[in-house]
Amino acid sequence: MAHNRVLPNRRHVLGGAAASAAFLAAPAIVRAQGGPLKVGVLLPRSGFEAGIGQDCQRGVDIAPPIFKSLGLPDLTIMNGDTESNVDTAREHAEKLISDGAQILVGSFDSGQTAAIAQVAEQKGIPFVINIAAAPDITEQGYKFVFRNFPTAPTILGDAFANQKELFATVGDAPKSVVYMHVNDTFGTAMAKGIGAVMPKFDMPYKIVEEIPYDPQAHDLSVEVAKAKAANPDALLVTSRLNDSILITRELVKQRWTPKAILSMGPGWYEDQYLKTLGKLSDGPFGFNPWGDPNKKLTPVLAAALAKAYPGVNLNTNHVCTFEALWVAADAYKRAGSADPHALADAIRKTNITENVAIGGGIQFNAKGQNDKIRDGVTQNRDGKQVVVAPKASANAKPEWPMKPYQNRA
Amino acid sequence: MLLMLLLAALLAAPWIVNDYLLTVLIVILYFAYTGQAWNIMMGFAGQLSLGHAIYVGLGAYVAAVLFTRFGIAPWLGFLAAIPVTAACGAVIGFLAFRFGVAGVYFAILTIAFAEFARIGFDHLDIVNASAGLFLPVAQYAHNDLWRLRGSPTMFYYVMLAAALAAFMLCRALLNSRMGYFWLAIREDEQAARAAGINTFRYKMYAVMISAAVTSFAGVFYAFFYNNLFPEQVFNISRSIEMILGPVIGGIGTLFGPVLGAFVLTGLAESVNSAMLALGFDLPGAKQVFYGICLLLVVVALPEGVWPWLARRIGVAEDKP
Amino acid sequence: MPLDVYLNVAAAGVLTGLVYGLMALGLSVIFGVIRVVNFAHGEMMSIAMYLAVVLFAGLHLDPLVMLVPIAAVMFAFGYALQAGLINPFVTRPEHSQFLLVVAIALIIVNVLLIIFGPDARSVQTSYAYDSFALGPVIVDASKAYAAAAAIVFTVALFAFFRFTLVGKAIRACADNYTGALVVGLNVRRLYALTFGIGAACVGAAGAMMTLIVDVTPLIGPSYTLLAFVIVITGGLGSMPGALIGGILIGVTEAMAGLLFTPSAKSMFAFAILVVVLLFRPQGILGRRLT
Repeated sequence: MAHNRVLPNRRHVLGGAAASAAFLAAPAIVRAQGGPLKVGVLLPRSGFEAGIGQDCQRGVDIAPPIFKSLGLPDLTIMNGDTESNVDTAREHAEKLISDGAQILVGSFDSGQTAAIAQVAEQKGIPFVINIAAAPDITEQGYKFVFRNFPTAPTILGDAFANQKELFATVGDAPKSVVYMHVNDTFGTAMAKGIGAVMPKFDMPYKIVEEIPYDPQAHDLSVEVAKAKAANPDALLVTSRLNDSILITRELVKQRWTPKAILSMGPGWYEDQYLKTLGKLSDGPFGFNPWGDPNKKLTPVLAAALAKAYPGVNLNTNHVCTFEALWVAADAYKRAGSADPHALADAIRKTNITENVAIGGGIQFNAKGQNDKIRDGVTQNRDGKQVVVAPKASANAKPEWPMKPYQNRA
Repeated sequence: MLLMLLLAALLAAPWIVNDYLLTVLIVILYFAYTGQAWNIMMGFAGQLSLGHAIYVGLGAYVAAVLFTRFGIAPWLGFLAAIPVTAACGAVIGFLAFRFGVAGVYFAILTIAFAEFARIGFDHLDIVNASAGLFLPVAQYAHNDLWRLRGSPTMFYYVMLAAALAAFMLCRALLNSRMGYFWLAIREDEQAARAAGINTFRYKMYAVMISAAVTSFAGVFYAFFYNNLFPEQVFNISRSIEMILGPVIGGIGTLFGPVLGAFVLTGLAESVNSAMLALGFDLPGAKQVFYGICLLLVVVALPEGVWPWLARRIGVAEDKP
Repeated sequence: MPLDVYLNVAAAGVLTGLVYGLMALGLSVIFGVIRVVNFAHGEMMSIAMYLAVVLFAGLHLDPLVMLVPIAAVMFAFGYALQAGLINPFVTRPEHSQFLLVVAIALIIVNVLLIIFGPDARSVQTSYAYDSFALGPVIVDASKAYAAAAAIVFTVALFAFFRFTLVGKAIRACADNYTGALVVGLNVRRLYALTFGIGAACVGAAGAMMTLIVDVTPLIGPSYTLLAFVIVITGGLGSMPGALIGGILIGVTEAMAGLLFTPSAKSMFAFAILVVVLLFRPQGILGRRLT
């Protein structure tokens, strides 16, 4: 029922269309030259995705000194809160643009990102997506939207390939798997994608049950019971932060430890997950874009993060948000002006090979998609993550199977 | 007189006011429109509907699906939405009236249906379920009235026309024979039945007309915002928003919904600006203030703002 | 699926349903006696949940231990709310009542948001991960304790209404408002008392709820809706009805999640509501409405 939405809807509609109208009336605002680039960063800073949004922000906070050392121009960061909600995301995007943002970065959630992308395309302001996997976002023929993150099919493809490598390394493979996923834009995209992508990889397991659940669910006992009843060897998941914690708690309470938890998506590697569950957080594998420990810039980033936020591990949120900002700064440097068309063209020509994430660097194809990113495989261990695959980026050996929850102190 | 002045002001608005105020006006007109539509059911026929978002949602999705899949223009989509929403209203009305569900129970029934629709659409593939339905956007370059793609000014006039149409419709309904039957039903249903009025039939008309009129708001919503998520569109907070205007303004009156929309949005904006001026950026603070103001209005003016205002300026409406 | 899965899920549904039932009981008392549509019911429960969280964080006292103080605080809150704000609205039309309570709910949710922020808070008791094994059935310890507390509280409430003078007076008001006035009962004070009792129920339920779910400022509204579904299903004015309604809804949702798509399980509660409203509007155990 969300009563706190009663007021915001009016205000947001106002802010939204007002912003767009204001922009139309004064196009000159945007053509300002020189000075720092005004970047509007839209993230879910409140609402049920707040934990992750705030984590992404850390990637923004540690960027300035590193950018300076890379010779990149200054940025003025304008913060926007999507409140984990599509309407708010759209309205705040419009507001940021009317307040002078020359480029947008964001926004972690596929639904909210798609709405922001529409706004950006309508207004002709470049939008660099840090994290969002729904494939349609870059299938609309947009000229101003760029994504430095793999699409759901790519995540799936890399996940399956990496899983086979993982199984080969540990010498074991699950025969049956249950797929639990959150019922939102990202989760649905992943679920739909599996049907198309999985047959190409000849996986050793079958998905015996698919369990979608409400992203706002407070209690996942039934869903986990259903998964347990199917008696799979491993659990495949696509979740958010809160549900990953809920699922783990239920696994403990229902006394079931699968051989492995294979997570494609956020939640299981998040700081809050590790801190809330302590020893119970060890074991799950993550199949996501990740900082490549063997690339030069990664330890620099990790050190900066450790200094500013002691105890927080470098993860996808920080890396991808940092890189999105990097794309903006780099394009500004090459374009020499903040004119949106010039910026968009410059972004299209981006070519950063010595980046942070695993894969071939940052480049965008004609659709605005970076298809050079590769996903890595991480495993939670002792309150941190280690990278166990692909070989070139690995820094540890995987532990298999998972230590039973009931045996952990 | 007053009415003409107001009308002239509204017509000239895009040239007089700045862009920000124009958007405020669009919102006001939107809520004035939905308020009028809802009022038909509540104010005229006395049936409290707390799930009106279902009609907005149905209208929005029908028009959006027809547009994205078959390229059918929104105006035709609206024509298609009318029977769909009227049918939905008829089902709800039939179930309620045949089985004697009234008052609070009817209200809860409407909530149940709206929630049902919300969860149902969240799993419906044809509207892309929870992933959301997106309309293709184009830049604001030119106004395409037929396909409802264009500048805020165009949307403003569309909404203004709609609000005016709704107003005229309600006026006509109120003064018609059916309107008097509704009045009788609202005041004392048993007496009305004793007087020979087929209460079931007229209550059904009220529900169906209200539903169909509301669906246009959905069509507008879909094409103005360009994306639809069941979670947002059918949400109970939308239903609640819709009734704030008429209840504050005055149920059953012609001007109530319009005045209510102005008062509420004006209130929201003043609270907004006040908070900004005071430097308050606390999430939730505005809503607390808004809630308190709402509380005060509800407590102090139980009949609504319009009857009180009308008495003050001496234009008491013909509302028994 | 093997039988024990059904049993496990059903057991969990029953236990959670008992706590839901207690929450709904509060609404049944309020709605049944005063006939005010308390759409702020779930929000009141969220206040109680935050109280429990804060007390746990500060004093490390288990929510079940804090049950009585929390219920007492909520009683005072409810009493004041009814006496101070809601009373004049008892005779006003439903839409006015509704709007008043909606405004109150809006204020509650956002005050909580301001004070506590949007992140989920939970109570991590020492037994948070425990479970009992009763044969093939694995029962979540927290749920079991919460349900037990719910039963105890309900029995106490039942005794109150049955055996004390005040309790009987309140029931008299519910049965026959005019008659109560004629007999000389101070209806206004009794209404305030009733609202307070309803709030106390919701307070106790809230304390128990913290053992089962995490609390955020926004969880109130969905529980309000749930409370209405349960009250109507179980029967207005019937205390056992509220509990039975709670169990029924708890089990139905759980089984629906098990047998169909979990993300759609809430639809079943609404489907039950519609069926009840149409075919047996007085609910399972309610008396026929005049």
